[in-house]
Amino acid sequence: MPTVSSRGDAMRGLAVFISDIRNCKSKEAESKRINKELANIRSKFKGDKTLDGYSKKKYVCKLLFIFLLGHDIDFGHMEAVNLLSSNKYTEKQIGYLFISVLVSSNSDLMKLIIQNIKNDISSPKPVHVNLALHCIANIGSVEMSEAFGQEVPKLLVSAHASASVKQSAALCLLRLIRTLPEAMTYAEWASRVIHLLNDQHMWLTAATSLIHTLSQLSPGDYKGCVSLAVSRLSRIVTSTYTDLQDYTYYFVPAPWLSVKLLRLLQCYPVPEEPAVRGRLVECLETILNKCQEPPKSKKVQHSNSKNAVLFEAINLIIHIDSLGLVLIPQPFWRQVDLMLPILLTSEFIIFLCVLSEPNLLVRACNQLGQFLQHRETNLRYLALESMCLLAGSEFSADAVKKHRETVINALKTERDVSVRQRAVDLLYAMCDKTNSEEIVAEMLAYLKKADYAIREEMVLKVAILSEKYASDYTWYVDTILKLIRVAGDYVSEEVWHRVIQIVINRDDAQGYAAKTVFENLQAPACHENMVKVGGYILGEFGNLIAGDERSSPLVQFNLLHSKFHLCTPSTRALLLSTYIKFINLFPEIKPTIQNVLQNNNQLRNADVELQQRALEYSQLSSITSQDVLATVLEEMPPFPERESSILAKLKKKKPASVQVSLVGCFIPSTESTEHANRPTYSTIACSFLLRFKLIHFKNLLIFADTIPTGSKGMRGLEFFLFMFKNSGVLFENALIQVGVKCEFKEQYGRVGLFFGNKTGNQLQNFAAAVSLAQTNPHNPQINVATQKEPPSQIDGGAQVQHFINLECISMFSGSPNLQLRYQHSSAPQQVTLKLPVIINKFMEGVDMNSGDFFSRWKQLGQPTQETQKIFQARHPIDTEAARTKLTGFGMCALTNVDPNPENLVGSGIIKTKTSQIGCLLRLEPNKQAKMYRLTVRSSVGEAAALICSMLE
Amino acid sequence: SCINMIRFILIQNRAGKTRLAKWYMQFDDDEKQKLIEEVHAVVTVRDAKHTNFVEFRNFKIVYRRYAGLYFCICVDVTDNNLAYLEAIHNFVEVLNEYFHNVCELDLVFNFYKVYTVVDEMFLAGEIRETSQTKVIQQLLMLQNLE
Repeated sequence: MPTVSSRGDAMRGLAVFISDIRNCKSKEAESKRINKELANIRSKFKGDKTLDGYSKKKYVCKLLFIFLLGHDIDFGHMEAVNLLSSNKYTEKQIGYLFISVLVSSNSDLMKLIIQNIKNDISSPKPVHVNLALHCIANIGSVEMSEAFGQEVPKLLVSAHASASVKQSAALCLLRLIRTLPEAMTYAEWASRVIHLLNDQHMWLTAATSLIHTLSQLSPGDYKGCVSLAVSRLSRIVTSTYTDLQDYTYYFVPAPWLSVKLLRLLQCYPVPEEPAVRGRLVECLETILNKCQEPPKSKKVQHSNSKNAVLFEAINLIIHIDSLGLVLIPQPFWRQVDLMLPILLTSEFIIFLCVLSEPNLLVRACNQLGQFLQHRETNLRYLALESMCLLAGSEFSADAVKKHRETVINALKTERDVSVRQRAVDLLYAMCDKTNSEEIVAEMLAYLKKADYAIREEMVLKVAILSEKYASDYTWYVDTILKLIRVAGDYVSEEVWHRVIQIVINRDDAQGYAAKTVFENLQAPACHENMVKVGGYILGEFGNLIAGDERSSPLVQFNLLHSKFHLCTPSTRALLLSTYIKFINLFPEIKPTIQNVLQNNNQLRNADVELQQRALEYSQLSSITSQDVLATVLEEMPPFPERESSILAKLKKKKPASVQVSLVGCFIPSTESTEHANRPTYSTIACSFLLRFKLIHFKNLLIFADTIPTGSKGMRGLEFFLFMFKNSGVLFENALIQVGVKCEFKEQYGRVGLFFGNKTGNQLQNFAAAVSLAQTNPHNPQINVATQKEPPSQIDGGAQVQHFINLECISMFSGSPNLQLRYQHSSAPQQVTLKLPVIINKFMEGVDMNSGDFFSRWKQLGQPTQETQKIFQARHPIDTEAARTKLTGFGMCALTNVDPNPENLVGSGIIKTKTSQIGCLLRLEPNKQAKMYRLTVRSSVGEAAALICSMLE
Repeated sequence: SCINMIRFILIQNRAGKTRLAKWYMQFDDDEKQKLIEEVHAVVTVRDAKHTNFVEFRNFKIVYRRYAGLYFCICVDVTDNNLAYLEAIHNFVEVLNEYFHNVCELDLVFNFYKVYTVVDEMFLAGEIRETSQTKVIQQLLMLQNLE
């Protein structure tokens, strides 16, 4: 038995008891010993003799030990509470420990406990204060938040409290506001709490965590922390390891504090003042530089703590990049350089993501590239993970792609499945048109031997990538069929449904698809999913290959029917439908097929569905005329545009990883536009953002409203994308995902919200409220009606829907707010989001001929009705791309209207309840000068200016 | 709006016996037992060449093995892996100094002191004090109190 040198607290009886328990040979012996001890303690507690503090402490400690062994304890609570009022530290400590571990927050004793805490918290002895604070931090009930929410901040900023008490007070307060955000008045303490960052002592890790949470809850009040955090960080990264003696860990100065400061800075946009911003960039550069220096120690602790800081710095660099837009008030205009203004009013300029630091991003990426080949598995794993984020940035995407081979190699050689998983994620994130064939081929090759755990997700990813980057449909069809061949069991319904949707919607893919499925079905053993796809496609398009005698109607039929008996009922049912389609396509084999349909195996099949199909199809084929048959069995019409079902499935499996790719997904449609050349949403958004220039008009509020104010909700760029699309992920954090799907017609809108609980626990007290920003309550621009309130609870993993109806009353700017409140693990959460309800959603395209267009154009000839802009083209002039953009925006792109075919003209009407605002647009490119002239005319001048600015 | 904090800290031996369980989130007793078993199943199958991070439900476990003991910290997926990995080591070095070459039995016999060490270094699911010197000074001061 080890002995511990100590004075007052060596509880010999406890040590003996623990030894006894350890010596028990069986569970029964242990229970017996415990019961004996419980009886002993009970008699001591009940006895007439008052126990002294030491004995009481010893017995309470034994009870705690018994509890920790997994036995129920139903007495001793009162004795533990008695220990709290002891003057001796060791007795108090055991009392508090017992209470923290064993007393539930709804216990009857809680009032008494809180009273004891109150006494200790105001004790002159710091160790007693700390015990009380730790107890509050460990239990953290609502009752405690109410009782101490006003007290604890005082200790935190007190001039007399020791660093140790302040540390405890900071985290105690953090716990209280996580339990009950309204426990503290944020604004009142903001200045004093922020200034803790200036404290000369280095106890600040705890304080920084507190400020981080306060900044999330009340960003406005705490935004002053940014410059202080930057100075603090700067002092740490420029110090030598001897400067911060106690806080240097394996030659790295204050690694945990650095990490916390870097995380805090990710709560806010990049600092606006050039001096602070410059200092921050210097810090980030210094951190990157330090990684190139020779290590000061060979110990893994040294490199780990250095890299902990590095990875957090990279997160901040990515955060700065992803932020995009910053609103700069007029007084600071002169200090701004190097930035591209995109909108200007009399009070604000909005600047675009030139704020990002492309240089830092590329350096970060190169550093991670080195880690990809590091001998430490941890670093390879983390590098793959961080690179996934960098792959999403315009500036570093190319640098990431350079590492393609290394990542592919990781997929083949890494021993740890979680590293291989990260490699798959990164390949998925770095995939583009130029490398998609190679990446998809490698993923397919790996799929054959991939771990079972990740196969299904990989199948989804391969399916999504091959669809998204298909420039050639033969490749797409080949890829999906190969996917079914190598991993048929993991090909979900969504995947094979999707290939059929696409083939049906694409005339040019159908012949090839029919030929290829036919070839695949000839393999002796083919997966049932292949039979399903083959059956469906041949039933629709078998005629396209029937001319070749090797795939004549009868050969096709015999081939499919040879698989029939090995299939499950659902596939057999599908094949029966194929057979009746064959009767229509190939009347010459009708008798053969009728024989099969009328066979007793079908007509008397035990499966009702199969029996019914066989009977009905057989009757249909014998009693109806060829014309009726042809009408009933006509080729399936194209599927309507919708979000890719496989993407939806991947999102459900892995909500976070899909966010990036959502934006650029192609949707098969019936339009004749060439998908391959069609710009994706992200390219539209980016070219549109990058082309933004100085514009004079007052109505900037659409943009001003989307400026991030430090919340981790929708960022500027993402929100912009909703100008062009009606569905997507509106918000996502670790707890909740908010998806949105809107429909608009005339002045009416219907917004479907989907709240997904990502945790395993129930979200409670859920509420969602829509409010309109800056509208006059007596004269609202939008009417909002909710059909019914969303449920107040969302179970773990569940998704609930909530619908809102809107009516646009008059021209508006900005977007309605959606405020969410919920409780997770008893910690209240609050999120404010912008609904993607923007004025252009109420615009409908109007088709008209040349005469109508120009006569209306002339009618709107007043100078106030026109906004014109001449600007440099930043990308090669591409009328088709501009046309797609215009259509996505809501206008009708008119053809054969302008005498010059290079010019683009469009028209649309913004429909509100009170008025209809006609808008006409003309875009004239000058290819030699690489300039555009954009003219918008509207019956309402403001609308013209607004549209002009949005589309430039 | 996105919380990043330690959800729990566990010290377990290879056989799955818990030597410390510190919870920073509300779980009921059955749930705690389930978590303990799941964590044990997840970490003990991994070998030394594997990463020290493993996905776990909606969270991740950052863990390190010292002789027969696994030190595990459960954090949110977006949190800083290496910072917690070294927080574990920092904690182990403090235990080692405080108990003079710590072994599993020290944690058994002095379980109530281990809680004090934890509370000095981690509180409310956050890192509290990181300086080993400061923590040891404080612990020795407390040790000498009656």
